[in-house]
Amino acid sequence: MSETLTKLIFGRLTIESFPIHEPIIVMTFIAVAIGGAAVLAALTYFKLWGYLWKEWFTTVDHKRIGIMYMILGIVMLLRGFADAVMMRGQQAMAFGQNEGFLNAHHYDQVFTAHGVIMIFFVAMPLVTGLMNYIVPLQIGARDVSFPFLNNFSFWMTASGVVIVMASLFVGEFARTGWLAFAPLSGLDYSPDVGVDYYIWALQLAGVGTLLSGVNLIATIVKMRAPGMGLMKMPIFTWSALVTNILIVAAFPVLTAVLAMLSLDRYVGTNFFTNTLGGNPMMYVNMIWIWGHPEVYILILPAFGVFSEIVSTFSGKRLFGYTSMVYALLVITILSYLVWLHHFFTMGSGASVNSFFGITTMIISIPTGAKIFNWLFTMYRGRIRYELPMLWAIAFMLTFTIGGMTGVLLAVPPADFVLHNSLFLVAHFHNVIIGGVVFGMFAGINYWFPKAFGFKLDKKWGLVSFWCWFVGFWVAFTPLYVLGLMGITRRLRHFDDPSLQIWFIIAAVGAAIIAVGIAAFLVQIAVSIMNRDKLRDFTGDPWGGRSLEWATSSPPPDYNFAFTPVVHDMDAWYDMKEHKYARPTEGFTAIHMPSNTWAGIVLAGISTVFGLAMVWYIWWLAALSFVAVIGVAIYHTFNYNRDFHIPVEEVIETERQRTADLQAAGV
Amino acid sequence: MAGHAHHDAHGHGADHGHGGHGDAPSHGSRREYVIGFLLSVVLTAIPFALVMTNAFADTRITAAIVTLCAVVQIVVHMIYFLHMNTKSENGWTLMALIFTVILVVIVLAGSLWVMYHMNVNMMPQMSGDMSAM
Repeated sequence: MSETLTKLIFGRLTIESFPIHEPIIVMTFIAVAIGGAAVLAALTYFKLWGYLWKEWFTTVDHKRIGIMYMILGIVMLLRGFADAVMMRGQQAMAFGQNEGFLNAHHYDQVFTAHGVIMIFFVAMPLVTGLMNYIVPLQIGARDVSFPFLNNFSFWMTASGVVIVMASLFVGEFARTGWLAFAPLSGLDYSPDVGVDYYIWALQLAGVGTLLSGVNLIATIVKMRAPGMGLMKMPIFTWSALVTNILIVAAFPVLTAVLAMLSLDRYVGTNFFTNTLGGNPMMYVNMIWIWGHPEVYILILPAFGVFSEIVSTFSGKRLFGYTSMVYALLVITILSYLVWLHHFFTMGSGASVNSFFGITTMIISIPTGAKIFNWLFTMYRGRIRYELPMLWAIAFMLTFTIGGMTGVLLAVPPADFVLHNSLFLVAHFHNVIIGGVVFGMFAGINYWFPKAFGFKLDKKWGLVSFWCWFVGFWVAFTPLYVLGLMGITRRLRHFDDPSLQIWFIIAAVGAAIIAVGIAAFLVQIAVSIMNRDKLRDFTGDPWGGRSLEWATSSPPPDYNFAFTPVVHDMDAWYDMKEHKYARPTEGFTAIHMPSNTWAGIVLAGISTVFGLAMVWYIWWLAALSFVAVIGVAIYHTFNYNRDFHIPVEEVIETERQRTADLQAAGV
Repeated sequence: MAGHAHHDAHGHGADHGHGGHGDAPSHGSRREYVIGFLLSVVLTAIPFALVMTNAFADTRITAAIVTLCAVVQIVVHMIYFLHMNTKSENGWTLMALIFTVILVVIVLAGSLWVMYHMNVNMMPQMSGDMSAM
């Protein structure tokens, strides 16, 4: 075949694009291939494909989509953590003569992939999954406002995951750091496919994130149960509302800045180049206008989770509910006023830096108010030290210190010393692990019984909790120390042997966290095996306060046979206080949305489009682009979008629930 | 059936007995659309004419008028095409608009301020390069 023809068909994809010269990647690929083949074979052997397709892939049920988001996030946590272990290992070894086991080319990809995956494909799916599952239940709704859009959003996120994972085995990933700063990410300095993988993974996943934001806002605004005014909403729903407002306001900025970067790379514009009037500083400015709200998008739902947990396990109404809500709203606005603190050192001068330093310090006030609210909720409460509560307490201890190092970094002169140092790395891991990750584990332990009908094993949960908590501090305290000594981030090799001990301690910390992750997986496996012992028939295993505990565990497809009527905040607690009698007759058929293939098919074609764009396979890109539009239009002619759950089925489900409740003695 | 299906693609508003169709937003009249269309055409034609005929020697005046026309056009679209007013959707659209305006002002004014200072503080030979462009 002539070279032109090959280029026409395969773009810049050649046999050299497959990294067979990198032993680590080859070994990984072999392991993934064997594991993947085993999973596919098992699915085929047990004839599970039809079940997965009908019950999960095409589902429009917010609960199942939420669970799929959580699984996606946990799987990607393993990938992102593997990158972290490689970095810790490399930095613990590579001193003096020892070059470690990663070359610079590979190491740069590893730290970029670690950041991108942990933020976009671990934290975001976990946060979105939790909101998806819990919010409709907490507001007494049967599903989200746009069930099909929800399915589509999930698959677009999965599409971004597929593209990031493809970069591991075909070609390479970006070597630019997780925000791909220009001009390094421009064509002049990154001519290969890495940055293109980065761009398309984030653009496709961004579609999903944005649409799911729209969906949840509409759900919370329009579908609350009668009587649930805004100031009677559970605090987690409040945090979900402001989070999604932030998503809808911030993600278009990311989309726009990445679109301009792709124009620079694909058609030769000069938005962010060094020459011809381009301005790379504008890239840094714009991406942080998205980037700072993004960290609040991650942390606010975790705040919501902790508020629910602290209130439930202290057996008290949340202290200062109103101030919590106002703190959330103030943070929403203030999070748009602090972005420059990410680049104090770029040279805006004293007046600009002081302004953004002060706004950054101000934003710690509503956050601090929340910490006091949780402490006052616990004060004189009857605290039960169940797993979710332990995570919440560990969060308060850890996050407070992370917040204080953040305020330290908000002082511009201090930032000039600490900018881009390991102190910064320690700070943001301190708030993201101590805040978001602890929050997600708290949420998983808290709501798992709601989703699956049985509690998680406490013994392995404790192992996981202590390993994470201790491991975090062992892994990141050395980085604070090193940062204060002036060590910068993203280094692959060191000359000063006196530093090695700190990196070895950090690597030990990473190993402890690895045990924590393994214990979490064991916890889930053990709980599934012992599910009959851990079973909860009441639907309210923790003595909960909000509406999701009013229905069975797992909830029926329709969530509530009758829409609850809300009289007070902590609606379910209020209903229990007033001896609420669950209706046992008068059921009617329930109108529900139908499953649809369109979400997974559209996202699948979008994935092909993304990969074709990465590899310059223009014919395939054009074809898949037309196909996406065509399928989307075709889908609009599908009028078969709803069905009724027959009344017999509702009666049978509710009769079973009555029997369960009687057996449980409620 | 088709109409029914169309309705329920939006979820279960009817089952909840609220958020349903009593307060459905107005979809406007033909007259409104025509007015909106004509205003949009005029507001698009003015900037084109100014640029193509080089009406003002000072390009800054042209840029200011073009920006002004764009902002007015946004308002025209919101009123005549999106049918926004202070009462639609129980005031939620107004609230969302105020929020959006606050953020857009923060982002635009902030970026201009930040980027201006970045340019001013460039090293001398570099700022020379910038002004030469």
